[in-house]
Amino acid sequence: MDNAALQGGFIDPARDAARAFRAGMEAMACPGTIQTLNGCVAPAPMSVAAATLLATLCDAETPLHLAGTCDTDMVRDWVRFHLGAPLVGRSDAMFAVGDWDALSPLDAYAVGTPDYPDRSATLIVEVVALTNEGATLTGPGIAQTAKLSLPGGLLAARVVRYPLGIDFYFTCGDRIAALPRTTKGAH
Amino acid sequence: MYVAVKGGERAIDNAHAWLAEERRGDPAVPELSTAQIREQMTLTVNRVMAEGSLYDPDLAALAIKQARGDLIEAIFLIRAYRTTLPRFGSSLPVDTGAMACDRRISATFKDLPGGQVLGPTFDYTHRLLDFMLAADGDVPVAPKMPVDPAPVPHVMSFLNSEGLIAQETCDGTPAPDLTRAPLELPAARALRLQALTRGDEGFVLGMAYSTQRGYARNHAFVGELRIGSVPVEMEIPELGFSIEIGEITLTECETVNQFTGSKTEPAQFTRGYGLVFGQTERKAISMALVDRALRWEELGEDDQGAPAQDAEFVLYHCDNIQATGFLEHIKLPHYVDFQSELELVRKLRRDAGAVDRQEAAE
Amino acid sequence: MTQITDRKTWLGLLARAPQGRIAALLTGVGTIPQATDLRRPEAGSVMVQGRAGATGNAFNLGEMTVTRCSVQLPCGAVGHGYVQGRSQSDARAAALVDGLLQTDLADLVRAAVTVPLAAEAASRQQARAAKAAATRVEFFTLVRGED
Repeated sequence: MDNAALQGGFIDPARDAARAFRAGMEAMACPGTIQTLNGCVAPAPMSVAAATLLATLCDAETPLHLAGTCDTDMVRDWVRFHLGAPLVGRSDAMFAVGDWDALSPLDAYAVGTPDYPDRSATLIVEVVALTNEGATLTGPGIAQTAKLSLPGGLLAARVVRYPLGIDFYFTCGDRIAALPRTTKGAH
Repeated sequence: MYVAVKGGERAIDNAHAWLAEERRGDPAVPELSTAQIREQMTLTVNRVMAEGSLYDPDLAALAIKQARGDLIEAIFLIRAYRTTLPRFGSSLPVDTGAMACDRRISATFKDLPGGQVLGPTFDYTHRLLDFMLAADGDVPVAPKMPVDPAPVPHVMSFLNSEGLIAQETCDGTPAPDLTRAPLELPAARALRLQALTRGDEGFVLGMAYSTQRGYARNHAFVGELRIGSVPVEMEIPELGFSIEIGEITLTECETVNQFTGSKTEPAQFTRGYGLVFGQTERKAISMALVDRALRWEELGEDDQGAPAQDAEFVLYHCDNIQATGFLEHIKLPHYVDFQSELELVRKLRRDAGAVDRQEAAE
Repeated sequence: MTQITDRKTWLGLLARAPQGRIAALLTGVGTIPQATDLRRPEAGSVMVQGRAGATGNAFNLGEMTVTRCSVQLPCGAVGHGYVQGRSQSDARAAALVDGLLQTDLADLVRAAVTVPLAAEAASRQQARAAKAAATRVEFFTLVRGED
């Protein structure tokens, strides 16, 4: 394994991961808000926020799918050393990371079952810009409305047969936002 | 309707303080150390490791001290501690054929490669209380003899020349894990073996005994019993190869049972298998007998309705932590439940009384 | 191939070393370069697997405690340590030794650490095997003449 893949883990795992978990949770609990998330560095082109989120949430029991440019030997080695997460195809993935084009279309990802709606995939979409402009969001965790820049076509592609569905994170540099399946969006 | 709860915190703190005092016992008596428990109560440590499902003698010794010797309480502590450990992965399946045997016996074949090695066993003691042990005496030195470097193969492997013993084949199915997914029926043999090895020794022993007494008519022979240490190996992704990450003591029991044949299978001997952490002989043999009983369906035998053949009965009741958890919960306040029961009984009495008076009037 | 076998052998030896032994033996090496942590010592578990009937399908037997650590030496060599048990200092010492055995301090560290560890492990195993051998039953067949 390339020594470079061994770098970039949490320096103080207990505290750093707890902070990171709080940021990820806030993003999902208050959809549309943009949180700062850092602590880990993964090989390019993965963002700091995506790397840190994966390091916080993934382990040997959370199959991970790397899509598009995120799927490199260096990234795979980094995942194997720091996360221990099995690397799988779309349909077996609990988490998937990549840019929107590489992750689309959404058909193959797990949406959960009526008995276990949580057995669905969480998609971490790497975006070039993340701002509070664009789509209008409403729903649980949002006071009236929130605005968030979303990749084109995502809202249309996202089929929500509540409680089944897919939850999304959006990462850019060291910033993160989320779109849970309970949030309604409109352009 | 709410029941007032006050003063509980102080009572609990005081209870814990008294518990600590009781645990210590007479201060004039030297305190027990975890090292003493680990070294001198090894078989207790083994049981706690096996049923706690965590191989760590120091932790088990500490749990036993903290639990004041209540082993199920100690197992509870180990199970809880286990959940705080991140899991690095799974080992490669251990090779018990390469075991450095402390003990190795067969009840089916007298002369076998590697011989009958008794090991540090209680089997030939006279079961008379030894009062010399109460007064710390000298420990005799265990004699040594030259070591035969020849390998000690499994009895089952070399005695299949006539093809009379069923072979255990591997089809590569990954091992299911009941610590990660709820145990659902029907349970594959691998899942049953996991449940049995961590199951309560007394329960598994009772089930095994029942098979010998006719509940599933299991006439088992101990084909081989071996106890000793085996290395544990694991693939390390950052290295790109597997390494030994430690060594553990295991007890392995292979039983041989008769099977009269079916439409598809010729008459042959079938097998039961027990494998347990530590020197835990009784449990390993019990496990093998119950394993064999639960295999009735895949071996094409009849369901005689014996408890040991009932996977649901065996697997759902063998875990002593699940059992004690539900059992002991009835100590918790059930005041409201009981109030409603009381009201119901009083009402039934009143209604019955009214009917009696009515009948008497007529 | 020999390189891997050697490294595989010494890593296994380090994993099974008694508590505190690696650190104690390392003091005999003298000055050791400062290593930085790539992954701080971390205690965890490994699920041990057995096989049904010793040769059949794998099943989960139970977990064992293991502590691991990865360090990098100033020269760039990376050392990985996995030890049985929960000792963080033992895991770090093992990682350090693994790293040093890939540098020009290898001969020194081998003589001071891995050779004694191997000898101690062998003598422990030998002592136990000798006691077991003494409990082996020698069956003597007695011929009782014509019957």
